[in-house]
Amino acid sequence: MKSNINQSGSQNMATSGGSGQVAENEWLDNSVPVTAPTKHRRLPNPGGFLGFILVFFWLVMAVIGPMIAPHDVNGLVSDSFFGPISSQYPLGTDYLGRDILSRLLHGAPYTIGIALLATSLACMSGVVLGLVAAASGGWIDALISRVQDAMIAIPNKIFALIMVASFGSSVPLLIVMAAIAYMPGCYRIARALAVNVMTMDYVLAARTRGEGLAYIIFIEVLPNMLRPVLTDFGLRFVYVVLLLSAMSFLGLGVQPPDADWGSLVRENIQGLGIGAPAVLAPAVAIATLTMGVNLLIDSLGGRAKR
Amino acid sequence: MNEIVKVSGLRVAARTDEGVDLPIVHGVDFSLKQGEVLALIGESGSGKTTIALSLMGYARSGCRIVGGSVRIGDVDVLQLSDAELANLRGCRVAYIAQSAAAAFNPSKRIMDQVIESAMIHGTASRQQAQAKAVELFRALALPDPENIGARYPHQVSGGQLQRLMAAMALITDPALVILDEPTTALDVTTQIEVLRAFKQVVRERGTTAVYVSHDLAVVAQMADRIVVLRDGQIQENSPTEQLLAAPAHPYTRRLLAAMKPAAASRASARVEPVEQEKPLLEVRDLEVCYGKQVKVLHGIDLQVRRGTTVGVIGESGSGKTTLARAVAGMVAPSAGRILLDGQPLSGTLAGRTREQFRRVQYVFQNADTALNPKHSIEDILARPLRFYHGMKGKRQRERVAELLDLVQLPASIAQRRPGELSGGQKQRINLARALAAEPDLILCDEVTSALDTVVGAAILKLMADLRRELNVSYLFISHDINTVRAICDEVVVMYSGAKVEQGERSTFRAPPYHPYTNLLIDSVPEMHQGWLEETQAGRGVPPRIGVSANAEGICPFLARCPVRIDGKCNTTPPPRVRLDKGNEILCHHRDIELLQLEESVPVAAAG
Repeated sequence: MKSNINQSGSQNMATSGGSGQVAENEWLDNSVPVTAPTKHRRLPNPGGFLGFILVFFWLVMAVIGPMIAPHDVNGLVSDSFFGPISSQYPLGTDYLGRDILSRLLHGAPYTIGIALLATSLACMSGVVLGLVAAASGGWIDALISRVQDAMIAIPNKIFALIMVASFGSSVPLLIVMAAIAYMPGCYRIARALAVNVMTMDYVLAARTRGEGLAYIIFIEVLPNMLRPVLTDFGLRFVYVVLLLSAMSFLGLGVQPPDADWGSLVRENIQGLGIGAPAVLAPAVAIATLTMGVNLLIDSLGGRAKR
Repeated sequence: MNEIVKVSGLRVAARTDEGVDLPIVHGVDFSLKQGEVLALIGESGSGKTTIALSLMGYARSGCRIVGGSVRIGDVDVLQLSDAELANLRGCRVAYIAQSAAAAFNPSKRIMDQVIESAMIHGTASRQQAQAKAVELFRALALPDPENIGARYPHQVSGGQLQRLMAAMALITDPALVILDEPTTALDVTTQIEVLRAFKQVVRERGTTAVYVSHDLAVVAQMADRIVVLRDGQIQENSPTEQLLAAPAHPYTRRLLAAMKPAAASRASARVEPVEQEKPLLEVRDLEVCYGKQVKVLHGIDLQVRRGTTVGVIGESGSGKTTLARAVAGMVAPSAGRILLDGQPLSGTLAGRTREQFRRVQYVFQNADTALNPKHSIEDILARPLRFYHGMKGKRQRERVAELLDLVQLPASIAQRRPGELSGGQKQRINLARALAAEPDLILCDEVTSALDTVVGAAILKLMADLRRELNVSYLFISHDINTVRAICDEVVVMYSGAKVEQGERSTFRAPPYHPYTNLLIDSVPEMHQGWLEETQAGRGVPPRIGVSANAEGICPFLARCPVRIDGKCNTTPPPRVRLDKGNEILCHHRDIELLQLEESVPVAAAG
């Protein structure tokens, strides 16, 4: 089936070419009656599949990772620091001789959990505000939009630094901080989408039926903007992971002795010079997670075209 | 060589999502002689545009030409390489699209765009091309032909743009011109000007043309030969005269029958006007402003009695949709009152009760956008049932099935989404949703104008049946005076936000009319050849008048009126006059003067 599509795709390009005409006709005549009325069946695209595998893997690790970790997370189990990959320490040891694999697995719930919660919070509040603003219009829209604009003007990292400096670093604070930092972006996108959907006649029809605001925004409008919002969710998740990693790298994220992946990179940064796996492993983990989410989201967007 | 275009065995296929080709044009053959105009006519989806585009060796994305040949002169278009096709297009074969507004680049001057293809193909120098363009502008009866090229597309009207597009197509003296529904998006009064200009140019230059349209009456004016298409197959191919007089194919006969919607509802029981009965809807002196200055509606009085249909007609921009939206509460009036059964309706949605919402339902013009694509048909119909009548579960499902039956759709459709239905089916669902509320008044905004003739006629018949069964009233908004005359008990003619004429349906069969109504009626193409030459509409030159003194309240039709009176029309607001036949018009003229209008229009500008 797959090769069939590819083949026909290349023939499609040669529409006006004379030489391919006869072969094309034969192919068309034979295949149309056989396969014409088949039901929708899409083949998974390889990028999306890879993304799904990666995301699924990391989600599972976030849940069971701490349980399957081979060593104690903070135990100084090895004598050698920046130890190489070995059967006992599959990803080497860190600057204190702790097992990197165990630390990575224990870090997964922090990195993924915090990012997931923060992104969900950011997207939900942004989308709801965006819908309310688009549906209400007038001064409500103006008020919400200007407040969000003011927030968007503050650089994320600066904002995060100020928050941590003022309140000290803790997991709930990191979640709230990341959510606030990324909400205006969600709001902007959601409002832009909602304003477009709002002008559709079916929304007007709901209004002339006398429907309330909640029905209009959640039943009529939201389903029609869900796909782009989900795509945005994926992108923002990646940004939040990177922001948290950057915060941890600066020593302002998850505090020792706990460590998320960003902290792992920072702790072991001296190992970079000697090519230690201790610094590469968490960096690769961040990279695969973010790429996996991106690939998955892209494939969802592609399927939207029906 | 006499035959300039010869199409044989043309087949085009479209690719579905599953990567399977579905044939949409199956082996079409026709030919055109030098100087002949051939019309391709059919419903949407009949393949008429696909065939027209394949004359340029082009297939829309997702489609491809899979067989047959298209010869233009002695070239087989389908055998050409992309580079050769680029040379052919715009030079030997030119294309005039449906929407000129979308085809012009708003950031470039008109002249540059008109002569662009001559420049690209190097058929003339810039000076020659510009001189030729001016000549074409004059031939197309464009105002100020010397200077119109210096303007930008937004500075000219829609009808003028369409003619400018014809100039653009003709600048290279193409062997074949393809006109794809060039007047469909225009008002009838504009359409007639454009058709006249096209016809004159085509005749003078002996242009060979393919005219794509769904409107048989328009085609009858333009074409020498008509090809009737259905589902990508030719149903009939005969000379225009023969096709109109004696259609050979049953489908052609159905098409001809559908062009006259009158027969469908003539039988509808005329409700006797009972004087003491309170009108269902009463609009008193309604005024709607956008911003502070721009009045889009003023001085509108209207009554809709129970079980009757009131038609509102006018060209685009006349405020007819705004009127319906004001009644529905979507647009807040700046003055005047709207009464439902004597009870005042609030001007805004927020001020209305659920019961008032239920009693007035709005049916949108475009069923594609009026139904939420994410909801199933059952969801769409069930919502008003639950919302207004609190229906749930089994009763609700039964009622949905009843409603589907009422609009003559199978109950099996309930689980589908709007995207899986045809345009006519969607419009029926749209109507069923309004009926679900069990309303007293349904506001119909151009409900058939997005539909094919045959489908539209079926919808109108359904509406007439429903009115008889359910005793609902309609406020029927339309730009098509034939439809309005066929199904409405009372007709309101609007122009530029004002009500210029109002009367019973029967009074719209013979003059006297308001001068604007007169223009509107005369502009509707009639189904016989030579109508375009005979009709008086849009020919007369309005008498010269002085500068209008005080713009407040004077006749809105002044600028286009063929019988305006200097010193009266441009200075004094027109009175509301009652004609002998009972119609109320907004004009300085009386019966006799308006009767003479028929004959007295100067035909000087005919040539």
